[in-house]
Amino acid sequence: MIIGLFNHWVVIILMMIGLYIVIAHGNLIKKLVGLTIFQTSVFIFYISIAKVDGGTAPILADGITQYSNPLPHVLILTAIVVGIATTALGLSLVVRIKETYKSIEEEEIQQQDNEEQLTKHKTEDSA
Amino acid sequence: MINIVLLTLLVVIAIAIIRMKDLFAAVMLAGIYGLLSASFFVVMDAVDVAFTEAAVGAGISTLLMFVVITMTGRKEKSIRHKPLPALFVVIITGGLLIYGTLDMPYFGSEDAPIHNHTSPRYINDSMQEIGIPNIVTSVLASYRAFDTFGEVVVIFTAGIGVLTLLSIARTKKNDEEIESINDSMHQQHLVVRIIAKMLIPFIFLFALYVQFHGDFGPGGGFQAGVIFASAIILYAMLFGLVTARKVINQIFIQLIAALGVLLYGSVGIVSLMNGGNFFDYNVLSSNPITGQHLGILLIEWGVGCTVASVIVVIFFNFAGRRELQQHKKPSQDKESSK
Amino acid sequence: MITHLPILQVITPLMAAPICLLLNRSQLVWMFSLLASGLAFLISILLLQQVMISGVISYELGGWQAPWGIEYRIDKLNAFLLLIISGISTVVLVAAQTSIEKEIPKDKYTYFYVLYLLSLTGMLGIVATGDAFNVFVFLEISSLSAYALIAMGQKRQALWASYQYLIMGTIGATFILIGIGLMYQMTGTLNMADLSQRLPEVAQTRTVFVSFVFVIVGVCLKLAMFPLHLWLPNAYAYAPSIVTAFFAATATKVAVYLLIRFTFSVFGLSFSFTTIPLQTLFMALGLIGIFIASATAIYQKNVKHIFAYSSIAQIGYMIVGFSLSTVTGLTATLLHMFNHALMKGAIFLALAAVIYRVGNVELNHFRGLGRQMPLTMAAIVIGGLSLIGVPLTVGFVSKWYLLTALVEQGWWPIAVLILLGSMLAVVYVWRIVEVAYFKAPLDENIKVKEAPVSFLIPIWTLVIANIYFGIDTRLSVQVAKGAAQSLFGVSP
Repeated sequence: MIIGLFNHWVVIILMMIGLYIVIAHGNLIKKLVGLTIFQTSVFIFYISIAKVDGGTAPILADGITQYSNPLPHVLILTAIVVGIATTALGLSLVVRIKETYKSIEEEEIQQQDNEEQLTKHKTEDSA
Repeated sequence: MINIVLLTLLVVIAIAIIRMKDLFAAVMLAGIYGLLSASFFVVMDAVDVAFTEAAVGAGISTLLMFVVITMTGRKEKSIRHKPLPALFVVIITGGLLIYGTLDMPYFGSEDAPIHNHTSPRYINDSMQEIGIPNIVTSVLASYRAFDTFGEVVVIFTAGIGVLTLLSIARTKKNDEEIESINDSMHQQHLVVRIIAKMLIPFIFLFALYVQFHGDFGPGGGFQAGVIFASAIILYAMLFGLVTARKVINQIFIQLIAALGVLLYGSVGIVSLMNGGNFFDYNVLSSNPITGQHLGILLIEWGVGCTVASVIVVIFFNFAGRRELQQHKKPSQDKESSK
Repeated sequence: MITHLPILQVITPLMAAPICLLLNRSQLVWMFSLLASGLAFLISILLLQQVMISGVISYELGGWQAPWGIEYRIDKLNAFLLLIISGISTVVLVAAQTSIEKEIPKDKYTYFYVLYLLSLTGMLGIVATGDAFNVFVFLEISSLSAYALIAMGQKRQALWASYQYLIMGTIGATFILIGIGLMYQMTGTLNMADLSQRLPEVAQTRTVFVSFVFVIVGVCLKLAMFPLHLWLPNAYAYAPSIVTAFFAATATKVAVYLLIRFTFSVFGLSFSFTTIPLQTLFMALGLIGIFIASATAIYQKNVKHIFAYSSIAQIGYMIVGFSLSTVTGLTATLLHMFNHALMKGAIFLALAAVIYRVGNVELNHFRGLGRQMPLTMAAIVIGGLSLIGVPLTVGFVSKWYLLTALVEQGWWPIAVLILLGSMLAVVYVWRIVEVAYFKAPLDENIKVKEAPVSFLIPIWTLVIANIYFGIDTRLSVQVAKGAAQSLFGVSP
């Protein structure tokens, strides 16, 4: 059982490292790096379930009878594209956030928002 | 056991990324992570995926992150703001997943359900039904063509999203200023520039090869698009954005991106008109196999066009924003705090 | 062409998006988007008609048979959703051109419409498809366009809200991807109908259990179900008003649809409600959500925030109906999806009109608006009454069904709690009414004009729909009940 499932366990550890970076880190770029790792590890999971022992790449050739499963490959090709699309959009948000907040640390941004909220309400209440 | 070695390396890198305070190094490691997972995909027989992951995970996404870091600074604040809740979530999720593996078919086992329900038809019949050797391309471009269409729309959406966020109405004066600075800067890299100039045509050629070779081996529209775009990006890096933009106009690239999506969709609409279902390539020609070939050829071009132009658009806008930030303090005040 | 309706439903806005980019003239692009969305609405009406008469429609994309190719599968449930989404999208688009004048820079108009259409495409695609992986792809189309649309808001907070939504949304989508992967691993298929056939064989395995949990958690993140709702209030409050109106009325409905589709159709009723205590869990979370979100709404100073929290509370009602897992309970949920779309569409469009005239929606800027913008404010009041569940509005109908469903099962205390929850809605709606009608304007010299006709037409279309479907419930109830019955496998 250990040999049969070991692969999956390592992949799960990889996923969780990615997820941990997303949640635990406050730096916006680091979060996106974490997200990439999380997603890439899910891709690794999909690709490893497609593997057949003794199989080869799913490109038909004479004299080969055992192929690995092509469908997860197709799904992951799509998912990789989705991943880069998300990263690109996330990064452009980071650029704009840096321009307007002068920071890319979650805490500092949140703090600025809170302060702004407070001053606004104070001026309103006094008016 | 090469897969075990690769996986262990991946774990080591991932842990290093957590600990790395220098964003530049973290991104570099993330690029290596992408490259290593691409190697893992090769070991797992997923050559098409490996090709794409190497181009995207190690290439494009690393490049974009670098561009952004030059704008935002490379140091991460040392506070890790919520390690405990994160650890809690991760342990629960990971524990659940491990629990789920207990009933999984073993790694590599032939009699797992996924190898015995839908995939035999792809492996055994795709040659008769589609007529091309690369099964991944058959499934991607014909059996599940609609997913791939969705994928093209996703990348198109991302392109438009980046445009809305980062595009700046540029003035000629700005461009000229930047260009003069760039010229002096780029003069230094004369040797690199000459070599790159010789390389770029070959990269284009390789992109075309990948585009057409997708039927027989790893490759296809997406990979070709990325390679094509990388040649243009290389040009822009060495000769300056303004020059690159003169060669390839931004509006023109947008047009190509839209046309790529339309080309892909039109194949479906033509099959509707010919009496088939959406994306039924059989009706495109009197001979079903010829129809399949034609359909796949056309949609791969749609994919290639959209992917190449969107990646170029994304890069141009990131880099353009950066140039403007560096050479001229942009008027941010009107956008910030109201 | 009639047999191709399912695919035309999705492909119409999809193809219109790149064409819009080519047109690139704001007025033209707007009219073209409106046309495309209107066409999608027309198609959805035809589809619903066809489904009500002849039952499930299956459409094989690429002409490939179901588990090998991708199938579009339209039954009463998704036909109903398609109608809601494309209908609201069309009505909201009518006001779009005037509204974005004040909120979005001119050179971004075209991008705005392209993204709007893509977002519509994504939602329609999620609902129409019968393939689990295809759900993921279209989910990402709708999410990516949503992030970009929200970031178009005027204030810098919009960027931050959009980023947070992007992180949460991507985690949710990746969870769904993991869930789908595990399902696929155990069955070898991605087609929903095929999955529902093959899952029972392996239902006892721990892997299937985990895949169920991951799909549900992922969907709940997208759904902004309490306690996973934190991304929603700011995303709604800082997005451009038109975007808020569109999303508030449709986006969460799509997520509720996915929840219903996966629990009822894919995993099956007996699996979903026996393997984990879904009923107790969802009932509790739904109720807590209603109370906490409504109570938070009361303390907000920004009216968009008030109604954003109210949306989270309304999701709670849908979840409670869903958790009953009875025909009446599900009917109540489906009705509330339809009705909530009408209410929130009307309210957020009216808020868009207020932003157009006043410039913001802070509560104290509503002073005197009752007299200055009578038609707009009347719309907010009627929408608010509907939220509370006053008779003669649609809100009453869905609350009535929800209470009936609870009483049917003997859940009296819960029914009382639901009524109490509605009282909280009275409070936050009253706060707006009080300021708008009983307080003198901030500055008497500033004359605020009534909203332009391009706002009033869509707003009042929705308000009238709120009242019409509150009185004549035949159509909505018939469809919702039919959909619920077919999910339970009861012949009507």
